[in-house]
Amino acid sequence: MSLTYDDVIAKYEPVLGLEVHVELNTNSKMFCGCSTTFGAEPNTQTCPVCLALPGALPTVNEKAIESTIKIGLALNCSIAPFSRFARKNYFYPDMPKNFQISQYDEPICVNGYVDVEIDTDEGLKKFRVEIERVHMEEDTGKSLHVGGATGRIHGAEYSLLDYNRAGIPLVEIVTKIVPGTGKYAPEVAKAYVGELRDILRSLGVSDVKMEQGSLRCDANVSLRLIGAEKLGTRSETKNVNSLRSVERAVRGEMIRHAELLNKGERVVQETRHFQEESGLTRSGRSKEQAEDYRYFPEPDLVPVEPDATWIEELRAQLPERPSVHRKRLQEEWSVPDKEMAAMINADLLDTVEATVILGSDPTKARSWWLGEISRIANEQNVSVKELAITPTDVAEIVSLVAQGELTDKLARQVVEGVIAGEGKPAAVISARGIKVVNDDSALMAAIEKACAAQPETAEKVRAGHLPAAGALIGAIMKETKGQADAARVRELLLGHLGQA
Amino acid sequence: MSSLSRDEVANLARLARIEMSEEELVNLASEFTVILEAVARVQEVASADVAPTSHPLPLRNVFRPDVTKPSLTPEEALSGAPASEEQRFRVPQILGEEA
Amino acid sequence: MIRSSAVEMASALAKGEITSVALTQLHFDRIASVDTDVHAFLHLDTDGALAQAAAVDAKRAKGEKLSPLAGIPLALKDVLVQKGIPTTCGSKILEGWRPPYDSTVVTNLKNNDIIILGKTNMDEFAMGSSTENSAYGPTHNPWDLSRIPGGSGGGSAAALAAFEAPLAIGTDTGGSIRQPAAVTGTVGVKPTYGGVSRYGLVAFSSSLDQAGPCARTVLDTALLHEAIAGHDPRDSTSINAPVPNVVAAAKSGDVKGMKIGVVKELNGDGYQPGVRARFDESLELLAKAGAEIVEVSCPNFEYALAAYYLIAPSECSSNLARFDAMRYGLRVGDVDGASAEEVMNLTREVGFGREVKRRIILGTYALSSGYYDAYYGSAQKVRTLITQDFTSAFTKADVLVSPTCPTTAFKIGEKSNDPLAMYLNDIATIPVNMAGIGGMSLPSGVADEDGLPVGFQIMSPVMKDERMYLVGAALEAALLSKWGAPILSKAPSLGGLA
Repeated sequence: MSLTYDDVIAKYEPVLGLEVHVELNTNSKMFCGCSTTFGAEPNTQTCPVCLALPGALPTVNEKAIESTIKIGLALNCSIAPFSRFARKNYFYPDMPKNFQISQYDEPICVNGYVDVEIDTDEGLKKFRVEIERVHMEEDTGKSLHVGGATGRIHGAEYSLLDYNRAGIPLVEIVTKIVPGTGKYAPEVAKAYVGELRDILRSLGVSDVKMEQGSLRCDANVSLRLIGAEKLGTRSETKNVNSLRSVERAVRGEMIRHAELLNKGERVVQETRHFQEESGLTRSGRSKEQAEDYRYFPEPDLVPVEPDATWIEELRAQLPERPSVHRKRLQEEWSVPDKEMAAMINADLLDTVEATVILGSDPTKARSWWLGEISRIANEQNVSVKELAITPTDVAEIVSLVAQGELTDKLARQVVEGVIAGEGKPAAVISARGIKVVNDDSALMAAIEKACAAQPETAEKVRAGHLPAAGALIGAIMKETKGQADAARVRELLLGHLGQA
Repeated sequence: MSSLSRDEVANLARLARIEMSEEELVNLASEFTVILEAVARVQEVASADVAPTSHPLPLRNVFRPDVTKPSLTPEEALSGAPASEEQRFRVPQILGEEA
Repeated sequence: MIRSSAVEMASALAKGEITSVALTQLHFDRIASVDTDVHAFLHLDTDGALAQAAAVDAKRAKGEKLSPLAGIPLALKDVLVQKGIPTTCGSKILEGWRPPYDSTVVTNLKNNDIIILGKTNMDEFAMGSSTENSAYGPTHNPWDLSRIPGGSGGGSAAALAAFEAPLAIGTDTGGSIRQPAAVTGTVGVKPTYGGVSRYGLVAFSSSLDQAGPCARTVLDTALLHEAIAGHDPRDSTSINAPVPNVVAAAKSGDVKGMKIGVVKELNGDGYQPGVRARFDESLELLAKAGAEIVEVSCPNFEYALAAYYLIAPSECSSNLARFDAMRYGLRVGDVDGASAEEVMNLTREVGFGREVKRRIILGTYALSSGYYDAYYGSAQKVRTLITQDFTSAFTKADVLVSPTCPTTAFKIGEKSNDPLAMYLNDIATIPVNMAGIGGMSLPSGVADEDGLPVGFQIMSPVMKDERMYLVGAALEAALLSKWGAPILSKAPSLGGLA
């Protein structure tokens, strides 16, 4: 790569646009009573409606409407007094009706915003991401491509379709264009999606699991010369499925665009696919001719006209906003700004909070997750949340340390064991035979042995030269395989040598 | 505007996923000249101050509770399938974008 | 017996003069004898119908309380799904498909113990006015086998006129119940939109489609109307209100003091002299029965046909997209190396008939970007204007009336190459669908010039369906006393049976 990120931002201003699809966690589908349970046997959650059998008609899930209105309220949107479903017409085998019931020019929520805070060179800075619209639609089925080398669509001989997912309610949240983020564009994109996810989670309307696809992001990126008015041509990177990938995708696209522009080439307006391994995007198969979706009002459904009473009832059910919640946690835990930002940036605030709720001291919880555990995740090049360790595990380990059952060093071994898949902390402790040696007689035996082995050192200590004790303590710890509490060893040793 | 060329009909046939012979395209294009002239009459009275009606009834807010209902059995679901395999609908290779 | 009304058959069943099994068998015998000529049916469910009839007989024997039409046979238009019974909509693309579920209309019929004999022929996906667009060959008009029985529900209407069934179900998007009723001398009602559930009715044009009852008398039609109507939570556009009291209205037929509005625009030029003569005669009879005849004007009706031929094709282009060879129905061209897209294209080319393809393409055009406002959008505005015309007319009259169609039945093949001439058949029936109101057609006699039946159309405001039954019953009674026998007694007998 010939251009560095600094080269890019010295010359160009990035403009973002983000579209996030969220699967709602309703019991039944958007337009029929089929279950939405994840991972069921193929085609066991289908009916005439979601299979688009001739004659079947959609009916709207009330909870999905309520969830969407709540999302709109939480994103500071206006709730439209009149909104409608529309048909988006295009053929694709995973879409049984060959049209998607969506919303077009009459979405249910419009004109909101989300504020995010970024740790910039000048300290914490607030960026406002404006929301254009929040609308409802339905998911498609899933295809399995058979034949060909990769299990991918290209080169496949045929495909197998499972419509369990067809008709699961989706909410699409679309931002207005986001200018003015400068070099922080990738961070703003990531922070926005993260904030959105936290809001959605706090509302309880979605599982917001990016790995399972219940929250998916499409990132639009364009560049223009700094100072220019006219927007550059954008690319749309589809289905970016982790917060880290959002940041990487935006950064990668900025560099790719800048390279093209610097060479005097044009950026092609197209759909691109993010590749997790390389962090680069790949061009989607471009269609020969543009689609024309022929939107029109869905004649099988009637308009949605939420009245003020209903909206206020839903507003009253909104939980504490994540930003307010974070301020409260920061105060309760007395965490400095910088470290709070670090936790949020590492996407570990919820994890730390969960650990604290389970009884851990906030500082200890933070230091485990952001320290040792993050280090291991880094080493393994995975995200912390992919590791096999949970807030319950960490809370338990913290508590064992507090009770003197584990030393810090032993606790690290337990953490390692849990991450290595050896089981829960108790299982790791018993399998590895990890145990704090706090049996004084066992320790005394080791102390006597060490003093006998290094009589001169022992003599120095006895004479009042305390630093010399280190060598003896080291030997004792070695003898007890590190399972002794070093502080206790020191205490007993000094007593033994008349220095207590 | 009240006529369609053969190429325009071909593009519409593509959007509608209907393979059409050259003869069909040409015939449809010529029929459409007559039909479009007839239907274009709606524009005579469709002034800006008239609100469109997309639905004959003034119904609003018709919802169903979020309760699951029994689905079809997979056998019923797949009963009409031209081809199936592993309890899934088997379809020819899909060209197009990877979703 | 097969020439009796459903009410008479029900009374014979109640008195034990005949069983439902025997009655059902009589109809199958009739079908066997005449349907080679008429071709009203696409599929007969002989075993299912006889089993259902036997079950009703058993209930009756046990003294269970039964609905008024229990045990009476019925012909079902092939556009409504019935579990396990082939449903083709008159199209090749659905040949052999057996739905795994019942439409709400079928559920209601079964709950009323009405015996479903089989599925009737229709224009493919209900697109047509002659039943010539069926992929399975045309239906013939029992009055003259060389003529069309109307469409799209020609099969249901012909089955009634040929005494193959005393009751039938049709669907009406622009006149597909009323126009066949008119040209076969039978009664057909399009209820208020939302009065009968559309769940399981294979959609042609969702905002216009409505299933309704067909029979040979106004009272039979009302009883069937009551059996199939009512709110259905599976259809979001179904009206959540009590079914209008159509049976009481059909029994009363009292029109004294009612104001009957003659729509000025639905008469005159283009209407056959015999059609106009019968219409005028009917007005006189209604006036004699105590109704007041007034004239109303609906100036925007002249745009109804144009708007209809934009709205219906637009919705159908989307509704019929699901017939893509992936999940059910026909699949063509699935050879090694063919793509899903190629298979879709070929299947839809082979599986759809000419009229269906014509309308899909027209609808695709009317919705496409750049043309939406000029075509679909303008058509929706016309829809508003037509509704306003009705609203204002209904301030001057309780019901509106017109001839059901401009002409009597034309010859098979006569208009099949001229879509515009064919579309003109529906000129008087379409406004009703545009506004979602109720419409009835009942026989008003035969035209002097050709001896073929003429229909009289009654239109009533939304959810005031009982009004058309009041007027229909009054006119039917007046005509019966004038003729001395039902109109179908003038039809030639078929299959050598009396």
